[in-house]
Amino acid sequence: MDIPYTVKARPDTGLFNAKLGIWLFLASEVMLFGGLFSSYILLRVGADPGTWPQGLLNIPIGTFNTAVLITSSVTVVLGWSALQMNNFAAYRKYQFVTIVCAAAFLVIKCLIEYPEKFTHYEVWLADGKRMTGHVEGNPYFLTDKKLKAGNVESVKFTPDARHYNDPPKPHDAAAGAAHGEAMQIKTADIKRLSAFVPAHSTYFAIYFTLTALHGLHVLGGGIVIGYLWGPGARLWKTDPQRYTNRVEVSGLFWHFVDLVWIFLFPVFYLL
Amino acid sequence: MSDSHSVESIKKHRKIYVSVFVALLVGTIVTVLLRKVHFSAFWITVTIALAVATVKASLVAAFFMHLSNERKAIYSTLLVTAFFLVAMMYIFIHARTDVPRGTEFPTKELPHTQNQAK
Repeated sequence: MDIPYTVKARPDTGLFNAKLGIWLFLASEVMLFGGLFSSYILLRVGADPGTWPQGLLNIPIGTFNTAVLITSSVTVVLGWSALQMNNFAAYRKYQFVTIVCAAAFLVIKCLIEYPEKFTHYEVWLADGKRMTGHVEGNPYFLTDKKLKAGNVESVKFTPDARHYNDPPKPHDAAAGAAHGEAMQIKTADIKRLSAFVPAHSTYFAIYFTLTALHGLHVLGGGIVIGYLWGPGARLWKTDPQRYTNRVEVSGLFWHFVDLVWIFLFPVFYLL
Repeated sequence: MSDSHSVESIKKHRKIYVSVFVALLVGTIVTVLLRKVHFSAFWITVTIALAVATVKASLVAAFFMHLSNERKAIYSTLLVTAFFLVAMMYIFIHARTDVPRGTEFPTKELPHTQNQAK
């Protein structure tokens, strides 16, 4: 049995079915991300003054990843238009760049950005002092509970030049990168120790929720585009218009993923 | 997408795609540089940053996703989506002034930050 309207437009909608289908799916995605963005706004405006972490994310890396996604978006649409001109070889080249960009985005996110956060710590001392910095050896996911359970007497802590809640000093241009002198902190003096993980604060909880969900979309979109580029490309020989439509549908999803990042980037990295 | 799939029409569209790509890159640079500018109030920074993001998103939607020239069925779908999105966001934001009794905010009990690494 043939699936109807995979190439021809349905008379009532004027669209081939998969196109209306992807738009309905994207509508549900708008609600999914819209709900999480609303949660972010609620948490952000509800936070007491001085309690919302700022300047903890790596802006150059975030900017680079934004450029990577924008590049992948234009190569998707150029690849699709190459197919419309019957230029399959050009399509393959453009989509190859898209797949490389998708992989680059995920590698940067998962192997550079996230691990940076998992080894960056905040310590709350019993006397009320709070510091951010790094623990000797750059361990992952260390907590005060783990220190106490392991009977560790003290840790060597290298604090950042300033805490994220302190106002920046005029002469402290590279505050995020500079470090103070390393110090030995007794475990008994530590009230709480947490890496920049979701459990650290509502900021990191919503940051990881949104960026990880977006990352899963990048992964899913990359797999579909990769399939169409590789084994799925056989359809081009038997039914080129249907294949072109499939590429268009996967492209629409990819543009949506780019569109979500366009909002995520300024909201988390810059504001 | 337009029904006119002539080679000339497609080539014209390809030039637009490249122009949009450049505009998106410029928008990204503007957003990043905005961080260096100190406005009198934080809300001004937020408004400008979100305005640039909205322009960028509109370019993607209008040209890459072809919404500048689409079928009525898609516009209808998006109109309904926009209505429910705004309604949902309103409910979320409204919750800020409608906190259930007995809700505690542990952050208020945290000690104030003291200077570090002196």
